[in-house]
Amino acid sequence: MMLETHQTTPSPLAPPSSGAPVVLDGLVRHFGSTKALDGFSLDIAPGEFVALLGPSGCGKTTALRVLAGFEHVDAGRVIVDGAEVSSVAAQRRDMGMVFQSYSLFPNMSARDNVAFGLQLRHQRASQRRARAGELLELVGLSVHAGKYPHQLSGGQQQRVALARALAIEPRVLLLDEPLSALDAKVRAELRDQIRSLQQRLAITTVFVTHDQEEALSMADRVCVMSHGRAEQVATPSALYAQPSTAFVAEFVGVSSRVQVTRARDGVELFGRTVRIRGDVASIPGGALDALLRPEDVEVRNAPDGPGFVTHISFLGATTRLEIGIGGATVKADVRSSDADAFELGTRVVVSVSARDVLVTERRPGR
Amino acid sequence: MASVVADNFLGSETPMAPFSTGPRRRIRWGRGLIMLLAGAYFLIPIYAALHFSLQDNNGNFSLAPIRAIPSQPGLGAAFWLSARLAIVTTVLTMALMVPTVIYVHLKLPRLKRAMEVITILPIVIPPIVLILGVLHASPLWLKSSPYMLSLVYVILAMPFVYRSLDAGLNALDLKTLVEASRSLGAGWLSTLWRVLVPNLRSAILSATVLTVALVLGEFTMASLDLWETMPVWIVNFSQTNAHVSTAVAMLSLIATWLLLTLIVSLDRSQSRRSRRRSRLT
Repeated sequence: MMLETHQTTPSPLAPPSSGAPVVLDGLVRHFGSTKALDGFSLDIAPGEFVALLGPSGCGKTTALRVLAGFEHVDAGRVIVDGAEVSSVAAQRRDMGMVFQSYSLFPNMSARDNVAFGLQLRHQRASQRRARAGELLELVGLSVHAGKYPHQLSGGQQQRVALARALAIEPRVLLLDEPLSALDAKVRAELRDQIRSLQQRLAITTVFVTHDQEEALSMADRVCVMSHGRAEQVATPSALYAQPSTAFVAEFVGVSSRVQVTRARDGVELFGRTVRIRGDVASIPGGALDALLRPEDVEVRNAPDGPGFVTHISFLGATTRLEIGIGGATVKADVRSSDADAFELGTRVVVSVSARDVLVTERRPGR
Repeated sequence: MASVVADNFLGSETPMAPFSTGPRRRIRWGRGLIMLLAGAYFLIPIYAALHFSLQDNNGNFSLAPIRAIPSQPGLGAAFWLSARLAIVTTVLTMALMVPTVIYVHLKLPRLKRAMEVITILPIVIPPIVLILGVLHASPLWLKSSPYMLSLVYVILAMPFVYRSLDAGLNALDLKTLVEASRSLGAGWLSTLWRVLVPNLRSAILSATVLTVALVLGEFTMASLDLWETMPVWIVNFSQTNAHVSTAVAMLSLIATWLLLTLIVSLDRSQSRRSRRRSRLT
């Protein structure tokens, strides 16, 4: 349990759009004895981009597949645009989906893949061709319109898949880890392209990922999931700065966990009392831990300091130091231009401002 | 520096040559010997039959057995019956097996092993048991129809058809393709017809080739069920004129081979057309 509770932040970006509002209400889904979704609920505003973020097995893909209509729920409701669609077949839900694995139809060219959904909607050949051309132009692949999937790179295939999903003008766009099979450079490019397209078209979008960088950089709001439940739904900045649970704090960003003891007005950290927000007495259990972000930890050279540098990693603009102090290891980021002052074994003093300290129950087994 | 490297390179390469090519040569010889033995195993009987079919009763070379083929009684009817059975069996087999195998792969993957065992049974069960069982279980109207043989042939073709389709489906990301199609608005039939069947074209054609070859060459079932298909006619007629009968067998072999080549080339030309179309666009 954390001192700060920040369950849901309203979307800052809910533009008037053609996107449909989505409500996932108390979804429960079992696979044998495993509970993939355990009363999962989420409200998504029209035109909003929400990322479902969490570790493997947290239920994020199941939630997306339930929304798409590929999985049924044991309990709960899926409401799109005010109408319950829980029992509506996937092909009648009007949702475009981009999959993790390359899902283009191998027997069709890029253009035919994009036009497939339009053909099913009985559009005339000339209209289909024109619309497919427009969408391929939109994703920057018009020169490859006649190519077959095996002639396209992974990134190009996913862009065609995106164009294909958008062609049917879906009420909701579902993205199931569409970037995970791509190399880092292509992933970054496609990430920007997806985000700018989504903003341009103002389409309600649900994006599943286990990559926090993707989720934080693309989404209006991020829903962090664990054990089939929403741990926290918030804007990326709120999620990072004010995680509501220890799980969120540790899953999003990098944190060091340091043992602390209760003090009268706060907690005892690195030998001094640090005041914290909220009431330390409200945290159950005896022993407490503090979670510290590396960028919030300040390090100074001090020949008599209680800590010493145990590891140095160059990260580009910053350098990450690992400091052994009082039996714990604390990560601290310093500017790389200042990193020359530190070597392995350098004695240091560590400090952190009170507003940056998150206090939680001690993890069992420590 | 460059010349030194070149000298070293040449110096080390030349003496190595006999050692490096020796084993390769042995492998090539071994491969050639196996090919020769396998070729002889298949070609000698065919050559012997061809030689026999081009002889008169005195053992002299003659085209008379070939010339006599069109006038043989019952041959046309036997050929037509075999052709009809091949068509009906192929259509029935594909209609039954394609959706079934797709369904098992998609919805009941745990049953794949059971399917493999079940589809191998027609090879294990003796033909006499199979035909007697089918005859016993069939209604009278079906027993009197030659198309009952098609039902038996569907069972006989199962091991080959299942394996062809299984290999084709294993090469596809079936679940993702089906879900992509459904998310775009396609129902099950549309997904089957527009997405899965075109992507299984090679597997389906290969299954068709095997089914057609099986039906055109099958003797035991047709003979036990008293229908005169091409193979049955050839065996029956061999008691009257062995030279003409063998000539028909040879022609039947060539016709079957041409038909199968045609089916395979259909697949190749389709692939080539697709490639050309993509190059042009």
